[in-house]
Amino acid sequence: MKIVKIYGPGCKRCDATEQMVKGAASDLAIDVTIEKITDPREIAMAGVMSTPGIAVDGTLVHAGGLPDKSKLEGWLSA
Amino acid sequence: MTAETHGTEPLRERPDWFWYFGIAVGGVVWVLLYRQLIPFSEWATALLPIPRHSHTGEAIAFFLYDVPKVLFLLTLIVFVTGVLRSWFSPEKTRAILSGKREILGYPLASGLGVLTPFCSCSSVPLFIGFVSAGIPLGVTFSFLIAGPMVGPVGLGLLFGLVGWKITAIYLVFGFTIATVSGWIMGRMGLERYLQDWVRELNAGAANGLQEERLTMVDRIKVGLDQVKEILGKVWIWVVIGISIGALIHGYVPEAVMLRIMGGEAWWSVPAAVVVGVPMYTNAAGVIPIVEALLGKGAALGTTLAFMMSVIALSLPEMIILKQVLTLRLIAIFIAVVASGILATGFLFNALL
Repeated sequence: MKIVKIYGPGCKRCDATEQMVKGAASDLAIDVTIEKITDPREIAMAGVMSTPGIAVDGTLVHAGGLPDKSKLEGWLSA
Repeated sequence: MTAETHGTEPLRERPDWFWYFGIAVGGVVWVLLYRQLIPFSEWATALLPIPRHSHTGEAIAFFLYDVPKVLFLLTLIVFVTGVLRSWFSPEKTRAILSGKREILGYPLASGLGVLTPFCSCSSVPLFIGFVSAGIPLGVTFSFLIAGPMVGPVGLGLLFGLVGWKITAIYLVFGFTIATVSGWIMGRMGLERYLQDWVRELNAGAANGLQEERLTMVDRIKVGLDQVKEILGKVWIWVVIGISIGALIHGYVPEAVMLRIMGGEAWWSVPAAVVVGVPMYTNAAGVIPIVEALLGKGAALGTTLAFMMSVIALSLPEMIILKQVLTLRLIAIFIAVVASGILATGFLFNALL
């Protein structure tokens, strides 16, 4: 079980990112729990300055813009 | 390899030459089509059963010429900007600014505000990221003002629609307002007017994110992705802006324009700011209006003031910033920037 946190104020791209994570997880048959973090304070504490940001099991792997699909799969299966 | 939305397309399998070749072909097609815009708009207007030099004919010709023109220019500008900005990131900008002496920080922040990629939806995390890393509040404001005010999209469109002289004036004064406003707010010691939790936060350089290495092809893809993203978002504002511009161009008599926005009407500068602030649009939407206003004889200072207040002081932006700034600080922010805009407007109306 991996915990994926998606940081963002709830913009369109954040939803798109969530869909991408779900899609990649089901492609790879990996069990993930997605948490959407919308609180600006938590976003800042995580070190995210451009949204959406993605953290997998507590490690920040991406910030700003939609993630690349192959990289996303890499982060999830690592 | 960055942001590619539709993973089903095997885009990343294509060889490098495909991208370079594609960009070259795209550039040639762009130039060929761009040169046909005037003939096209005249041809299309002539098809309609309306006299070319009637009010309606003028308005329609303006619309049919400007819509494709602005969309063409936007595509080019957004692509080039997207590629150039891929060398910058908020993280790098923060690292540069946090190491600088304060007095250098203001102009540098204004410059980086233009070059750093960020969208207004990220302005809160970016603001916190800067302030919590010890970048002075005023320097952070310079960055936040310059970003939208002298953004490349606005400058590129201004250049394409009204020429290089006004673009240069706009650039110099926009940059100056961002720098000086930040400096003034820095002098005022406004830290106490941040929301409490922001002041207490000390994220330091809490950032475990590795810098991604991008190839040239990756950067091209960033540019293309930006085109898709930004054009998809702003085209409607472009159409609305040009419609208003077309109505002004076709129907507003010059005498009326001179009375309302001419250099003689001193009150027109503050009025332009008051009208501009609540207008929710962006550079792409407002510049066709600016083009039409100037074409009808509106004074340059008044028009600049209008444009700057629409782009740099937007109400929705202020509401987003409410999460980190107290109302009092937002009011000071608006007052300082608006003063700079007013000064610019009065100065140009007096000079010209």
